[in-house]
Amino acid sequence: MIPRAVPRRLVRPVTLLRVAIILGVLAIWEGLAVSGLLYRDVVPRLPVIAAALWKLSVTPDTWWHFWVTGQEIGAGLIIGGLSGLAAGLVLGANRLLGRAFEAYLYYLGPTPKIIFLPVMIMWFGVGFGSKIAMAALSCFFPIALSTASGMRQIDKVLIRVGKSFRLNAWQMTTKIYLPAMRAPVVNGIRLGLGVALIGALLAETRLSSQGVGFLIINAYSVFDMPRMYAMLIVLFVLAIGANALIARLGGPNTNP
Amino acid sequence: MTPFPLRDRVLPLALGLGTLVAAIAAVEILIRAGIINGFIVPLPSDVAMSFGKLIGEENIAERFRATFLEAFIAGAMITVAGVLLGLLLYRVALLRAATETWIAALASAPTVLLYPLFLVIFGRSASTIIMMGFVAGLPPVILKTIEGLAGTRAVLINVGRSLKLTPTQQFTKILLPAALPTIFVGIRLGLIFTLINVVGVEFLINFGGLGQLINDLFERYELSETYAAICFVILVSVLFFVITERIERWLRPAE
Repeated sequence: MIPRAVPRRLVRPVTLLRVAIILGVLAIWEGLAVSGLLYRDVVPRLPVIAAALWKLSVTPDTWWHFWVTGQEIGAGLIIGGLSGLAAGLVLGANRLLGRAFEAYLYYLGPTPKIIFLPVMIMWFGVGFGSKIAMAALSCFFPIALSTASGMRQIDKVLIRVGKSFRLNAWQMTTKIYLPAMRAPVVNGIRLGLGVALIGALLAETRLSSQGVGFLIINAYSVFDMPRMYAMLIVLFVLAIGANALIARLGGPNTNP
Repeated sequence: MTPFPLRDRVLPLALGLGTLVAAIAAVEILIRAGIINGFIVPLPSDVAMSFGKLIGEENIAERFRATFLEAFIAGAMITVAGVLLGLLLYRVALLRAATETWIAALASAPTVLLYPLFLVIFGRSASTIIMMGFVAGLPPVILKTIEGLAGTRAVLINVGRSLKLTPTQQFTKILLPAALPTIFVGIRLGLIFTLINVVGVEFLINFGGLGQLINDLFERYELSETYAAICFVILVSVLFFVITERIERWLRPAE
């Protein structure tokens, strides 16, 4: 799903249209907010959301919650990512193991991971542990599958070069395999980050007393809609930004 | 047919299944030996026995029907809306150039986190679940519809023009059949996202079918039944992926 580049002759009209769409959506929103057609609190006025966004950004407590969620996602990504990378390398390097186990990863990968939350709570408790486990479980599958697929796409000449230099398994991994499959691995990490974020945040919305997910569900519980919109805006901007940043690291072959 | 069917087919299958069975047996032994806490991980044999209770007492068929219905409605909605929006963007090049990257960004955005917002708008009801499934599954259908239509070979479009087909005929006789395999890839991806979100939101808002069942069982701390329900959802999901994958292969034109 790679959107094509905008042709040069269309750049100016496209920019104008984008600005027009954004302004149009904001105008409709503001119109709905002041019209009274919908509940005022469900669709708050834009200045109210902007004020909530400002208040959120100057409250140190907010950034502490972001820090908590960031730690959970980071730890999950390290655990799930390294396990996924190792599993992908093994499955990609060995044809028999790949054929025996990759189908399980392929079909288990897209199952809804949130249903494992009860199990993770029982295994790791209601605190940090279960959120990290949810993030790790979520990101393991895309990273393992991308790595295994990347291993199989490595140019055979590179592998023969490594073998002719008598590289050991560690040197083959660090000097040949990983550099040669940067794009698929980075793509896997990008996908993994997205699902790790969802895993950790959904777990926080379900059972937690800290983190961004907790803040969102807390704003819902006390019906503070401007704060909830502000949280969601910040979260979406950060998630889409992180996704684009990782895609850039992978070079031109990484799907955006 | 492969030249070494035993090595290429049977051996990997036996190794995969054998490892799975061995792992389950190892867990059973470790729990019975007291090495794994039986209050956290139930005996696999108990989990297997619990399927009977799920069918008899927990009315799993009704739960499955509720989840299926929600996923089906959301799936129908993403198919209709996604294909129409994809067609619109294919026809209006400027609109496509302006919005395609936004739709791609939306496809990778954590839209499921909008569920508290949908709860406020639609209440704790099936509508929230269906709309969450719709929002999550829509972007891939739009993107793949555009890709499929834009990828129609020029020679086919020229044949349509030379036969002086009307725009409707051009769409139904040329564009749609040529783009159908790619569109179905998008619908399949969309359905996967929809199913994930439907079950996930059912679990999170404690309403609906299979997702709520897992939540209910966990809150009652019925351990083996909770694990059995999770296994059931995984089996349903895997079955769904296999069926849609087969349809996708069937629609794909021969190389």
